[in-house]
Amino acid sequence: MGMTITEKILAAHCGRDRVAPGELIKARVDLALANDITAPIAIAEFNKIGVARVFDRDRIALIPDHFTPNKDIRSAEQAQIMRQFARRYQITHYYEIGRMGIEHCLLPQEGLTLPGDLIIGADSHTCTYGALGAFATGVGSTDLAAAMATGEVWLRVPETVKVVFKGANWQPWVGGKDLILYLIGRIGVDGALYQALEFTGEAVAALSLEGRLTMANMAIEAGAKNGIFTPDEKTRSYVEGRAKRPYKFYESDKNARYSRVLELDSGAIEPQVAFPHLPENARPISEVGTVQIDQAVIGSCTNGRIEDLREAAAVLKGKKIDPRVRLIVIPGTQEIYRQALTEGLIEIFIEAGAAVSTPTCGPCLGGHMGVLAGGEKAVSTTNRNFAGRMGHPESEIYLSGPAVAAASAILGRLGGPGEVE
Amino acid sequence: MIITGRVWKFSDDIDTDAIIPARYLNTSDPAELAGHCMEDADPDFSKKVKPGDIIVAGKNFGCGSSREHAPLAIKGAEIEAVVAASFARIFYRNAFNIGLPIFESPDAAAGIREGDRIRIDSAGGLIYNLTLDEEYRATAIPPFMAEILAAGGLINQIRRQVKDNV
Ligand code: SF4
Repeated sequence: MGMTITEKILAAHCGRDRVAPGELIKARVDLALANDITAPIAIAEFNKIGVARVFDRDRIALIPDHFTPNKDIRSAEQAQIMRQFARRYQITHYYEIGRMGIEHCLLPQEGLTLPGDLIIGADSHTCTYGALGAFATGVGSTDLAAAMATGEVWLRVPETVKVVFKGANWQPWVGGKDLILYLIGRIGVDGALYQALEFTGEAVAALSLEGRLTMANMAIEAGAKNGIFTPDEKTRSYVEGRAKRPYKFYESDKNARYSRVLELDSGAIEPQVAFPHLPENARPISEVGTVQIDQAVIGSCTNGRIEDLREAAAVLKGKKIDPRVRLIVIPGTQEIYRQALTEGLIEIFIEAGAAVSTPTCGPCLGGHMGVLAGGEKAVSTTNRNFAGRMGHPESEIYLSGPAVAAASAILGRLGGPGEVE
Repeated sequence: MIITGRVWKFSDDIDTDAIIPARYLNTSDPAELAGHCMEDADPDFSKKVKPGDIIVAGKNFGCGSSREHAPLAIKGAEIEAVVAASFARIFYRNAFNIGLPIFESPDAAAGIREGDRIRIDSAGGLIYNLTLDEEYRATAIPPFMAEILAAGGLINQIRRQVKDNV
């Protein structure tokens, strides 16, 4: 019996030839990360263990991105705990405001997340790095504390669900976000609970690395432990020049065992919108009806990359957003911000009437920079539309890709880019 | 371990934003988090809940964020255990890691009502409904994870390992 890519990476990290689903293993981690919300608890737990140093100061990444630039005194104090820890233990990959970005946009860009890696992060969207052919999964702060001390994590080897996106004959304006929302709509928010999601098929082979990052990012929204792609030439050209250490390409054996194989016809997928209050409430754009919106957010670790900003700008160019709508655009990292400036995208956003923010998670988790009032509705390129996620418990979030969010900002209601062309 | 208590019942897909909304994540103090526990699912919950109570919920409890603030808020409210039809995986491991007992049982989730009194025998994996005189079986806890719980959480366990290695 062969092994899946997920099983191969896990086996390699616990010094074994093979592992099987259901086994509990202790695995070596290549990178452990945390942010300004999760690190303070991890640091308090780390201090209880009583070790003099971290397992490897080059393999820990600490990113202040959630409530930063700090929104209030208490969040400033949380960020301060992380900053002081980073200095005390000489953590190499600590990123200060002005040089930072949203963690899951920043770390691939910096070449810290690589094919074949085993990565854990005290952030549920750590699964993003599966786009590069890594095993990456979110854990809690206590797991992270243990990993910072020992360099190890306990894991249950997951079963794998294989998803085949057949055909590369997309409809216009369909991207990675639409494929993943469509999938979650099909299998539900616990459709891959405790399991690995392996994305394959012509459509994902044709997809850019950025589109794959968007898809892997939302694997957790189907309850998955990790989402993973087979690394290919696109992966190689993305990591070459960025990688600061060796990496390894793995792929699933032909006779690997899957708990389920799902085949989807990519050509039948329209741009998607997930209605409140669960990502599984996905509908094609042709069936959204009339939903007035108050706010549109383009950014986050799901869709805050340069390709996303280009897509939004292509829709917004020369247009004005509806006077009743507030459009907030948040580039994922400083590098993406600068690239958007160079390409003239920022000017397009401002001309259209948008607010452009420094990189931050901000409104994605209802932190700051665009929190919703009761009764307000937002279309957002983020990944969660739980009640209260972006502010008031009685506000509503509609998830979409950048093109639909931009078009909706122009229309003042949910709508596709086809309606504004 | 035997846990007996009164039940608060919740639905399917209770997410971490409902358990502890992000607006309170500028602190990590369990007592303070407890004051907002389950607030977006039931605004009065923290006022009604008593130490020793038990939460029973539907499928996918704790879905969403990795925030350990969620099980910490529940533990801070002195809730003794959580029973659900299923748990989201990060919440599941976080609960074990911080020493919050949780039990997976679709039958219990279906049978138990708000206000019922239940008794959980963790070793036997049995949940007994004292109000309805019904018994449900919980999924067995793997020995490896039972050890973490018995040690009082992952950090206690690792602290011992680190000491042993010195
Ligand atoms: S952008 Fe949103 S989902 Fe991504 S790490 Fe930040 S808060 Fe989490």
